Amino acid sequence: MRYEAPATVDQAVALLSAAGPDGRVMAGGTDLLVQVRTDVLDPGVIIDIKGIAELRQITEEAGAFRVGAAVTGAELKEHPKLKSVWPGVVEAANLIGSTQVQGRATMGGNLCNGSPAADSVPALIAAGAKAVIAGPKGRREVAVEDVMLAPRKLSIGRDEIITAFVLPARPARSSDAYLRFIPRTEMDIAVVGCGVSLTLGADGTCTAARLALGAVAEKPLLVTAAQDVLVGKRIDEAVLDKLGAAASAACRPIDDKRGTKEFRVKIAAVLARRVAQIALERAEGKQ
Amino acid sequence: MQEKVKEPGSEFTHIGTRPVRPDGVDKVTGRARFGADLSLPGQITGKVLRSPHPHARIRSIDTSAAEKLAGVKAVVTAADFKDQPSEFVPAGEMMINYRDVVRNVMAREKVLFEGHPVAAVAATSASIAKQALKLIKVDYEVLPHVIDVREAMKPDAPLLHEDMITQGMTPAPTKPSNIAKRIEIGLGDIAAGFAAADIVIEREFDTKPVHQGYIEPHACSATVSEDGQAELWVSTQGHWIVRAHCARLLGWDVSKIRVTAAEIGGGFGGKTVVYLEPIALALAKKSGRPVKMVMTREEVLKASGPTSGAHVKVKMGAKKDGTLVAAEAQLLFQAGAFQGSPVQPAAMCAFAPYDIANVKLVGYDVVSNRPKVAAYRAPGGPIAEFAVESVVDELAAKVGLDPIALRLKNAAKQGTRAAYGPKFGPVGFVETLEAAEAHAHWRTPLGKNQGRGVAAGFWFNIGGETSVSLSLNEDGTLSLTAGTPDIGGLRASLCMMAGEELSVGLDKIRVQIGDTGQLGYNFLTGGSRATFSSGMATVEAAREVKREACKRAAKMWELPVEAVEYVDGKVRPAGPNAGKHEPMTLAQVAAIAGKTGGPIVGYSRINAHGAAPSFATHLCDVEVDPETGKATVIRYTALQDAGRAIHPSYVEGQYQGGVAQGIGWALNEEYIYGPDGRMQNAGFLDYRVPVASDLPMIDTVIVEVPNPSHPYGVRGVGETPICPPMAAVANAIANATGVRMTDLPMSPPKVLKALDDARAKGAAKM
Repeated sequence: MRYEAPATVDQAVALLSAAGPDGRVMAGGTDLLVQVRTDVLDPGVIIDIKGIAELRQITEEAGAFRVGAAVTGAELKEHPKLKSVWPGVVEAANLIGSTQVQGRATMGGNLCNGSPAADSVPALIAAGAKAVIAGPKGRREVAVEDVMLAPRKLSIGRDEIITAFVLPARPARSSDAYLRFIPRTEMDIAVVGCGVSLTLGADGTCTAARLALGAVAEKPLLVTAAQDVLVGKRIDEAVLDKLGAAASAACRPIDDKRGTKEFRVKIAAVLARRVAQIALERAEGKQ
Repeated sequence: MQEKVKEPGSEFTHIGTRPVRPDGVDKVTGRARFGADLSLPGQITGKVLRSPHPHARIRSIDTSAAEKLAGVKAVVTAADFKDQPSEFVPAGEMMINYRDVVRNVMAREKVLFEGHPVAAVAATSASIAKQALKLIKVDYEVLPHVIDVREAMKPDAPLLHEDMITQGMTPAPTKPSNIAKRIEIGLGDIAAGFAAADIVIEREFDTKPVHQGYIEPHACSATVSEDGQAELWVSTQGHWIVRAHCARLLGWDVSKIRVTAAEIGGGFGGKTVVYLEPIALALAKKSGRPVKMVMTREEVLKASGPTSGAHVKVKMGAKKDGTLVAAEAQLLFQAGAFQGSPVQPAAMCAFAPYDIANVKLVGYDVVSNRPKVAAYRAPGGPIAEFAVESVVDELAAKVGLDPIALRLKNAAKQGTRAAYGPKFGPVGFVETLEAAEAHAHWRTPLGKNQGRGVAAGFWFNIGGETSVSLSLNEDGTLSLTAGTPDIGGLRASLCMMAGEELSVGLDKIRVQIGDTGQLGYNFLTGGSRATFSSGMATVEAAREVKREACKRAAKMWELPVEAVEYVDGKVRPAGPNAGKHEPMTLAQVAAIAGKTGGPIVGYSRINAHGAAPSFATHLCDVEVDPETGKATVIRYTALQDAGRAIHPSYVEGQYQGGVAQGIGWALNEEYIYGPDGRMQNAGFLDYRVPVASDLPMIDTVIVEVPNPSHPYGVRGVGETPICPPMAAVANAIANATGVRMTDLPMSPPKVLKALDDARAKGAAKM
C-alpha cells in the first residue's frame, strides 16, 4: 500500500488517474481507514488530500460560501459566520462521530463514502449546495443530490475529486436545520435523517423551501413535493402535517439492522415536521 | 493514596472508607499492562481462520500453501489438539465437557457457528499471518442451520450434534435433538396453589443474546521452551482455570504451564473460558517462538460467548390481598453451539425474591448455530427476573397495591425457603424495599410522557477455592499475594481488610495478583466471590501473621506465647506480664524474624464457605417519545444489600455498572442475524451498548445487612445489579405508555409499533 500526499489539486488528479481502480482518496479517513482495517477495502494507493490548501479553506464570495471538501467538522463549527447562515449544514456535519472524529471527518468524505445515511448530505441537498468536481478535463459543478447514485456508487469518475461545496447566497429570513433519528444519543448512524432549508417572505409566508431525507432510499433524496407543500403558505400545524405526509410518501426504504421500512416511513414524517419547525423558528429569528 | 473519609462512629479504621485504589495510577498513566501489552523478544503474531458458515461439515483442510509462505512459522488445526472423551466435570459454577471445549477452541468434524475457528497460523507479521489464512483451503459441505431457540427445538430442525439425546427426561428420548437437557425444580403443590389464587397472570417473554461487551478484546502471549516449560500471559478472570483447560487440551502436565493474569479490561463472566490460549500455546510450541494473539472486536462478537437468548413463560397467582400463592415458569434457553446455557441458575433465581409456597420451574438447554454462550454477570438471572418482575408489576396493579408494597408483602426474608432448596439466612431484601420507599426518587412527581418502574433482583454468590499469602517484609511492611484477578477493586479491598486486621496503614501493604506458580489453586474471579473469598483468606493470613509475631516476641521475651498479645499494630506482654517489656512494632518483629524462626508469612488456603445472596430494589424513570417510540432513562436509583461495603466507591461502581449494562440489554443490545445465519452487527456501531450520554447519573444506596459467615460481613455485590434493570425499564415504559413490552430489546421500532397497535385499540396512555 502506497501513501501519497499531493500539494495541489492537479497533482491529486494526476495521481488518481495513474492509480486507476487501485486508488482511493482520503480526506479525514474516518470511513476509509476503518474499511481498510476491517478488510472491506485494500487500496494500492491512498491519496491524502488534506495537504491541499484550497481544500481546507472556507471562503465567502458575495454571500455564498465555498467550503473546501477537506474542511473538518470541527473547523466548520469554529468558523465565525458559517454557522449563523447555515446552522443546519453545520449541525449535520457535527453529528458525524465523536469529538475526536470531528477533528478529522469532512463533508467531502461523508458524501464520497457513498452511504445513504450520511448525515451532512441531506443538509447539503436541502441547502441547494453544489459540489465542485475536479478531473483531468478541468472543473465542473454538480448539484449534491446528483452525486450519489446508490450505496458506494457515485456519478463522479474514478479520476475526479470533489474540491469544494458551494452554498448559495441567501435572502434575509432564511434558515435551515437537520435532525436525525438514532436509537442512542450519539456515536451512531442515522436510521432516518432530514434536512430542511427555507426562506420566508416579509409577510411570513414561505417563499422557498427544500427538504431532503437520508437513509430512506438507496441514496439521499431531495423531496420535491415538500417544496409544493411549503411554498406560498404560512407554515402551521396543518402544513407541517402535509409536509410529514409528503416526506413519508417519498420514502422507499429497506428493512435492515438499523430499522424497519414501516418505522423509517413513520419517522420521516416526524422528523420532517420537527426539522421544518426548527428551520421556521430560525428563519423568524426566534432561535 | 490516603485520601479517605471515615464514617463518624465507625468501629473500623479502614473498612468503609474510600482510599484511592492502589492500581489507579498505573491505569490512568498507561503503565498498566493489559492482555495485549506484553512484547517478548522474537515474538510473532498468531491469527485464526474462522468459518464463514453457520453450519457445515469439514471435508478437508489443506494448510500446505500457508505453511510454505515465507514468514509463516507454524500452522495448527484440530489435529494438533487431542480429542477428549465426553464427560461432564465440575468447573466452578458450571459443569463442562472437554469434548465440547476442544471443539469450541478448534472445530473438528463440523463448524457450528459463523466464526468457529478451523485453523490458526503464526507468522512474523500480522499481514503475513492474514495472507497465510487466505491460503488455507477448507472444503466445506454446507449444512442447513438454525438460529432461533424455538426453531431449534422443532423435531425437523437441523441437528447440530447427531448424537445428542436430551438429558433429564424420563423415559429418555430415543431420537437425537437440539435439546441438551431438561431441568425441573419446585416447591409445594403448583395446581393447588393456582386453584387457591384469585388473580392469575400469564405472559410470554423473549430476550436476545447479549454480549458482555468488555472493552478489552481477548488477548494473550505464549512461549514454550525446548524442554516444554510454558509461560502464558493472558487477560482472564481466572488463570488457574486457564492453566487447567490448556493442560487438558494440550495433554501437558499442569506444572509445565505458568499463567500470569494481565490487568483486565473487563470480563463480566466472558473471560472465564479459553479461546485463544491453547491455540497460542500450540503455535508457540510448534514455532519455537513467543506468539501473541489478540482478537478483533468482530471476532469477539462472533466467536466469544454472549449470554443466552431465551423464551420465557411465566404464570403467577395471587390472593386479592396481594399474597403470592403460586408461581410457574418455563424457560427455553439458547446455549449456542454447545450445551451449557445458564438455564439452571435462571430457574433457581426466578422466584427467589419471594416467599411463595407453590413453585414450579421447567427449563430447557437448547443448542443452535450461534457462538457458545459464556457466563455473563449473574448468568441466567436477568433473563428470568425480567419476566418474573414484569408479571409481579402487573399483579401489583391488578390487586391495587403499589409495586413496593406488593413486594414487601411477599419478600423473602431470614427463614424463607427458596424454590431451589435452602432456607435463607439473614438477607436484606426487605431493607432495600424500605430504603426505596423512603427514597426521594420514589416520591418525585413525574412529567409528561414519563413513567416509573420498580424491579427487584437476586443473585446467589459463591465462595470456593482460594489461596492468599501475606509476607511480613524485613522493614515491617507487608506484601500480600492473591490469586483472583482484580476486576472491580479487589486489591484495594484486600489491602483494607489486611490493614484493618493488622492495624497497619494502607501504604504499608502492597497487593499483587500472583501467577499460578506463586500460590495454591485459586478458582476464578466470578460468582461475585473475589472480595468475599480472597477477603476471607486475607483475614486468615493476617491473623496468622499476628499469631506468629506474638510467638516471635514471646521467644525473645522468654514468655509463654499466650502471655503476648497483638494490639494496635504492636505486640506486647499481656495479663500479669503487661508492661514488663516495651511493645514491639511490626518492623521490630520483622527485624528479629531471622533469629527467631525465619520469615514470617501468613498463608491461607481455604474453600470459602458461607457466601450469602444479595438482593436489590431498583427504581427507574423513563420518558417515551410518543412519535418515535424512543425510551430514555431519565432517573435511576439502585438500592442493594452489600452485607458490608469494604470500599463503598467500588460497591457503588458495581451497582452503576450493572445498571448501565442492564439498560443496554433493555433498550438496544441484540445479536442480529441474516437469513444466511451470519451476524450482521459484529461491531460497536450496530451492537449498541449505551454510550455515556445515553445514561443518567445512576444513584446508589448501599444497604448493609452483614453476612454472618464473613469476618467483615461481606456479600458479593457484582452480579445482582444487572438483574433488575430490564424489568425496571419495561415497568417504567408500561407506566408511561400503558403498553407492556415483553420482547427485548425495547428498541424504538418495537415500542412505536406496540404503541400504535395499542392506540388502534384505545389501550395506550399516550
